[in-house]
Amino acid sequence: MKLEMTQEQTLITGMVRKFVREEIVPLELNLDPDADELDPADRDRLIEKTKAMGLYGLGIPAEYGGPDIDLMTSTLIAIEMSQHRAGLYAPCYGTFGGAGLAQLFEATDEQKEQYLFPTLRGEKRGFFGLSEPSGGSDPARAIQTKAERDGDDWIINGGKLWISGADKADYGLVFARTDKDKGRNGVTCFIVDTDNPGFHVRRVVHTLRSAHYATELQFEDMRIPHANILGEVNKGFAIASHRLTRQRIPYAAGCLGVAIKAQEMALEYVPQRETFGAPLSSRQAIQWMLVDNEIDIKQATWITLEAAAKADNGEGFRKEAAMAKLVATEAGGRVVDRCMQMFGGLGVAKDLPLERWFREMRIRRIGEGPSEVQRHVIARELLGESLR
Amino acid sequence: MAVRLTKDWIPVSEVLTRLKGNLGVFQFANVQREVVFIGFAGGKSQFGLKGEVASALEKYSDIAAFRFEITTAYHTRYRELLMAHIADHDTLPHYNEQITLGRLSPS
Repeated sequence: MKLEMTQEQTLITGMVRKFVREEIVPLELNLDPDADELDPADRDRLIEKTKAMGLYGLGIPAEYGGPDIDLMTSTLIAIEMSQHRAGLYAPCYGTFGGAGLAQLFEATDEQKEQYLFPTLRGEKRGFFGLSEPSGGSDPARAIQTKAERDGDDWIINGGKLWISGADKADYGLVFARTDKDKGRNGVTCFIVDTDNPGFHVRRVVHTLRSAHYATELQFEDMRIPHANILGEVNKGFAIASHRLTRQRIPYAAGCLGVAIKAQEMALEYVPQRETFGAPLSSRQAIQWMLVDNEIDIKQATWITLEAAAKADNGEGFRKEAAMAKLVATEAGGRVVDRCMQMFGGLGVAKDLPLERWFREMRIRRIGEGPSEVQRHVIARELLGESLR
Repeated sequence: MAVRLTKDWIPVSEVLTRLKGNLGVFQFANVQREVVFIGFAGGKSQFGLKGEVASALEKYSDIAAFRFEITTAYHTRYRELLMAHIADHDTLPHYNEQITLGRLSPS
């Protein structure tokens, strides 16, 4: 087992680190502490830089114009990209582009023309509509939004909750029940245009993540053509499930980046800050916090990178992805919390990014499947059929 | 939580006594009680709502009343109020500059 980065990975991560520290962090000094976007002129200028670096469109497969990068390298990049104030949920403020909705790579040619390619060109935006007021962790059973066949169309009624970006999207992937008796095998994924008269963004949902809101959606007799089904009827859950599993690895990486940065800040601060005539770094209580941080970061890093390596090798990685998500989100929370403690009053002030990381990191233990669901996934993988 | 801000209007003469240094959002109205500006006091605002409202009042001469809401979610609440205003009036408040917003259709 080789535990070191390749020369290329070292080069790329060094380049991204420099970009974050020299281009992103200085801009944040003048932004509102809860900002989640850059001034458009700055954003355009930085996009040109990431394009020149050959890293624009991370997550887009090479055959669609993205950089030819494996998941291990993407994960290492994601760890670097989140090392700034907005980095947990808006890494580098989107200047590295994105894959949009990866499920669309499996779309029909017509659907790709209408939705995928305009998204990759930056002309259209999509949203992912899975969670409902009835629950998000068990979508196979919680989905109550229903779609009924009507000639060449489907009529969708119901609602979604915790949906990001739906108010600004041109279309979305909406998961609806098409067979009430079949559980996870009765869910279908529809591509829905947001200018449909039956589509409504009813309200903004405010959370701890006060830089960005989620939305609540309502569908009233929303008529969708059969041609807008992504994949097959009653096979939508596989699409959602695949996305959730793969997404757990970069999700973990984002937490690691923030934890690494928080620890770096603490290591710089404690030798300078004096209490009762001695630097904080001389106190065993502080030293142990730093040690615990270091162990948390290392453990979570190796587990996350192992998950990425397994995915790259074409091996099953469901268990490893769940472990990465579980360990990195929980470790990230502990690290930021300890760093906040070391900084004292300054740690809870908006002057430093710790305050925002603390709030946003708490959400990471719930979003994309809470810790308890990850443990359930891991247990199921360990126990196999005996658990079902 | 209500989408729209529906608190009673306060005369502008009471700005200094009614506001403190909290984070939050606020609205200005003209004499017809039409909303003409929506703003917020964020993490970089000096003296929070008190400073932000006082500073904004200096820019506009026809403000008759204001109302406010204390919230740490000033960033998302500000956008929500602007989107709700567009949903109700098809336009931003008179003094607000154009920004990129989503579409909201509150019940």
